[in-house]
Amino acid sequence: MSDTHILHASAAGGPAAADASRFIVREPHHPENGTLLGFWIYLMSDCLIFACLFAVYGVQGRAYAGGPTGAQLFDLPLVAVNTAMLLLSSITYGFAMLESQRGRLRPTLAWLVVTGLFGLAFLGLELHEFHHLIGHGAGPGRSAFLSSFFALVGTHGLHVTFGIVWLVTLLFQLGRHGLIPENRRRLMCLSMFWHFLDVVWIGVFTFVYLMGVLP
Amino acid sequence: MDLRTWILGRLSLEAIPYHEPILVATFAGVAVIGLAVLALMTRYRLWGPLWRDWVVSIDHKKIGIMYMVLGVVMLLRGFADAAMMRLQQAVSFGDALGYLPPHHYDQIFTAHGVIMIFFVAMPFITGLMNYVVPLQIGARDVAFPFLNNFSFWMTTGGAVLVMMSLFVGEFARTGWLAYPPLSGLDFSPDVGVDYYIWALQVAGVGTLLSGINLAVTIIKMRAPGMKLMKMPVFTWTALCTNILIIITFPVLTATLALLGMDRYLGTQFFTNDLGGNPMMYVNLIWIWGHPEVYILILPLFGAFSEIAATYCGKRLFGYTSMVYATIVITVLSYLVWLHHFFTMGSGASVNSFFGITTMVISIPTGAKIFNWLFTMYRGRIRFELPMMWTVAFMITFVIGGMTGVLLAVPPADFVLHNSLFLIAHFHNVIIGGVVFGVFAAINYWFPKAFGFRLNAFWGKCSFWCWVVGFWVAFMPLYILGLMGVTRRLSHFEDPSLQVWFQVAAAGAVLIALGIAFFLVQIYVSWRDREALRDVTGDPWDGRTLEWSTSSPPPDYNFAFTPRVHERDAWWHMKQSDYRRPEDGFVDIHMPRNTAAGFILAALSSVLGFALIWHMWAPAIAAFVLLVAAAIGHTFNYRRDTHVRAQDVTRTEHARTLQLARHV
Amino acid sequence: MRHDKILKRLLGAAPALLLGGCNAVLLNPSGDVALQQRNLIYTATGLMLIVILPVIVATILFAWRYRAANRKARHDPDWDHSTRLELVIWSVPLMIIIALGSITWVSTHLLDPYRPLSRISADKPLAAHVEPLTVEVVALDWKWLFIYPEYGFATVNELAAPVDRPIRFKITASSVMNSFFIPALAGQIYAMPGMQTMLHAVINAPGDYEGMSANYSGAGFSGMHFRFHGLDQAGFDQWVARIRAAGGVLDRAAYLALERPSENDPVRRWAAVDPDLYRLILNRCVRPGSTCMSDLVQPMEK
Repeated sequence: MSDTHILHASAAGGPAAADASRFIVREPHHPENGTLLGFWIYLMSDCLIFACLFAVYGVQGRAYAGGPTGAQLFDLPLVAVNTAMLLLSSITYGFAMLESQRGRLRPTLAWLVVTGLFGLAFLGLELHEFHHLIGHGAGPGRSAFLSSFFALVGTHGLHVTFGIVWLVTLLFQLGRHGLIPENRRRLMCLSMFWHFLDVVWIGVFTFVYLMGVLP
Repeated sequence: MDLRTWILGRLSLEAIPYHEPILVATFAGVAVIGLAVLALMTRYRLWGPLWRDWVVSIDHKKIGIMYMVLGVVMLLRGFADAAMMRLQQAVSFGDALGYLPPHHYDQIFTAHGVIMIFFVAMPFITGLMNYVVPLQIGARDVAFPFLNNFSFWMTTGGAVLVMMSLFVGEFARTGWLAYPPLSGLDFSPDVGVDYYIWALQVAGVGTLLSGINLAVTIIKMRAPGMKLMKMPVFTWTALCTNILIIITFPVLTATLALLGMDRYLGTQFFTNDLGGNPMMYVNLIWIWGHPEVYILILPLFGAFSEIAATYCGKRLFGYTSMVYATIVITVLSYLVWLHHFFTMGSGASVNSFFGITTMVISIPTGAKIFNWLFTMYRGRIRFELPMMWTVAFMITFVIGGMTGVLLAVPPADFVLHNSLFLIAHFHNVIIGGVVFGVFAAINYWFPKAFGFRLNAFWGKCSFWCWVVGFWVAFMPLYILGLMGVTRRLSHFEDPSLQVWFQVAAAGAVLIALGIAFFLVQIYVSWRDREALRDVTGDPWDGRTLEWSTSSPPPDYNFAFTPRVHERDAWWHMKQSDYRRPEDGFVDIHMPRNTAAGFILAALSSVLGFALIWHMWAPAIAAFVLLVAAAIGHTFNYRRDTHVRAQDVTRTEHARTLQLARHV
Repeated sequence: MRHDKILKRLLGAAPALLLGGCNAVLLNPSGDVALQQRNLIYTATGLMLIVILPVIVATILFAWRYRAANRKARHDPDWDHSTRLELVIWSVPLMIIIALGSITWVSTHLLDPYRPLSRISADKPLAAHVEPLTVEVVALDWKWLFIYPEYGFATVNELAAPVDRPIRFKITASSVMNSFFIPALAGQIYAMPGMQTMLHAVINAPGDYEGMSANYSGAGFSGMHFRFHGLDQAGFDQWVARIRAAGGVLDRAAYLALERPSENDPVRRWAAVDPDLYRLILNRCVRPGSTCMSDLVQPMEK
């Protein structure tokens, strides 16, 4: 009996169906992919963490507590080389993206590897700098200035490390699946992440190192 | 360091509080209940369904329900803390020292605040938004279903860490915001503050990701035709709440990380010497803390809007004005934080600025109250429980708001700061606003989630106990504040205060009854679910899209994505004699369940526990496993599945039959 | 003017009557600063009740009148907008907040704890050449140290001041954040290690008042209260004499012993105190051999 009810209803399909379709989408509906927007928003929240660290550095950046100052500690030529490593890595990542947009997998992978190497160079130099500072009694516990220095620069360095781990993972995934849409999205996300770290470094370079050596 | 220290850190048998009878008794109780639950689950073979249908589910509806369950469980713990405090303060006068020494009492008030904010209120609002928003916008799930599952388990992981502090070690004795230098290594060398830091860091990751998730969902996944100004008000408030979460939780993460660095790495951020500045912590933590309370209330403002319109049988008054008021509140909430520490000595101009911005927030908030009032005007009001809660909220909340504006006047705050008047104020707005709102929302949306209504009689018992109990418990605190009594005291000398504390304790008893009746309501409703069954999916004659689905909705929510033309989309469909489609169903693309979220969250909690106890070897191991599992998860490219057209057809036909029988 | 005074007295009495004679010190304070703060509480409450009372009444009224059972009430299901009403809804609270905001700006500057007093009370102006009584306050774990630099003595958990003489408090802490608060006298202000805050106040009536810490500071917090005695000049002189007779010196060694955590401390008195002690406490260099903050960086004087 209930079956007849259904049949009857769909037999009266004309006006009911037209009415229904005003309020529904009959075709399969796929909402827009939100990955890039979501990652961008995440990146902005990460930016806010850096903003807090910059604010802390702003407040405590001159709290030397009788200990060494930025002018005494910072090796600007080394920092300049470091900065060059990071900026070059951003350029090479850009080349990787261009190759991926041309659909060429092997050049993409090659430029990614170069990017990773520049990133490792950056990290190596930074670790060398930290080692030197700690060895000379200028570790993060010496003063609030040094605490905020290590927190800000160190957090940036941790992000670069994470980026390199991600980059290596992506190399494997590109190798396995190629330039499928999912991997293109991931490349785009890592691209945003990498350039974002570059921008943060320019802030660090300016406010911490350049302004830090001023009296 | 020897091997034993590498593995066990500072954990030892002394960490278990055998000497504290209250804790031993609590543990015994928890063990008994826990074993009973485990036994019942084994007896009824529920482990499989628990894992398959709930733990690994990425369905926003399941996750929403799990958040609500977490909130209820933690409410019981948080309220137990409150009851213990009320009892201590009612008896501890002169020579009588009460039953809680400061060492214990101070953990209780800290835990009470932390649990209520982070593990009761946040899960409740996240649960509501998770359940309702995708349905309201005509979507099938949130933008990032795996992250949704992961966020839930991270929140639970944080809760687990807090609960563990009861039986292994101790909790922080600093107040819920853990100001340094008290929370620093010099004055809190033990594990309590570390439990606090790691529980909140783990839960905080979950909350932040949830914020991003829901914001992207609302921006990207609305049904065709649902422009922003056609969204339901609850979705609007959810959008603003999640934007607030995104722009405020990172501050908490950073601040707790800095405190953690002071405690673990010997840095000088918030110490007294070598350049540290505790005032910096106070600023940062309140830059997070004030938007946090708006995060808690905005979703409930949205719920009240939906409820008022539905039960008054009327369009919500002033939709545009409601939306703009919400946006203004969102922006302004970021400009008032200093009112939490006028007394820290910032100078008159700074204090005045923040006092004035705080007062300005009351203008859009007041506009909302008026809009609800005028929704009632010339309506036809059905006093179902959600509407009762709404009226109670309107009366209670405005008094709390008034005392808030009063506290916003810096010189007035100088005599009222940190007094019981302050305590009364924020409980007034949080209970009157958030808690009343949660009960309203639960009574409103429960039938949608479970297919049967909640029993009205026990709900009304719970309602009256809560409303009367709240006033009996907190009016005395307003009076005590005006009598110059400060907060966080576990002992008093002045006997004239005692009667007020006794009245407050009586109020707490009433609230306890209110909670008990709520649990009875749930049980009786489940027991009598056939009598309370709703097959229409629209028991309240609702106005928004969630009421167009069955109760509970099918996994895929909508067989066909809705097309929206007007605000109050479902109401418009009903007015236009909309008829459900009964054929032509297609395959539906859905995300696949996964265990990855649970595993990653479990590893995070293990990592947190190991770090708390300085168990460096397990911590390193947990971290390595965590990174490996996370990377491993990214190698999983098969994240989705399809519901076949024939299964959709079967489900939809069953619903057609159900509806036909009901008529 | 007379109406004003009568109204003020009525307003002052009403809450006291309502509170049934319980001693709500905030509503009946003995210090001029606290009194002005109380008046602000009343003013702000009054301004807000202009909106709050009608809202509560209207809520109850509408809930009753428009209940579904009342078929006589008009039902307007699509009425959801009224520009005029919106204007009123937004502008009335706005005007009240503008009024309250102006009052806030002015009163916050007048009652700034750092600002020296400009009057003794509503009917007693401040004489030109009056020197305020300076008291240096140190919040310890878990007691209060008071140093009187003009008299060269110190007490723990006992504070006294002559009636109608302005007092200037300079406040710091030894370990964690506390808050110096005497409700009958004036508002509170945080006491923070390595930093100095200030409070200006005056006590207008003799009496025995309660003082406390209003910021949780650890296990002994509940015991961290003290007595503040408002005394006429003769009484104050007697109090000074009693302290001088107590003997003892609070030097650096004695302070370091005092600084050790203790709870529920009884009153203690020292007839003499190292004149440099407060500066050393503020700069966190009481312990011999430690470096003063002023030698590293300026102490944060606010």
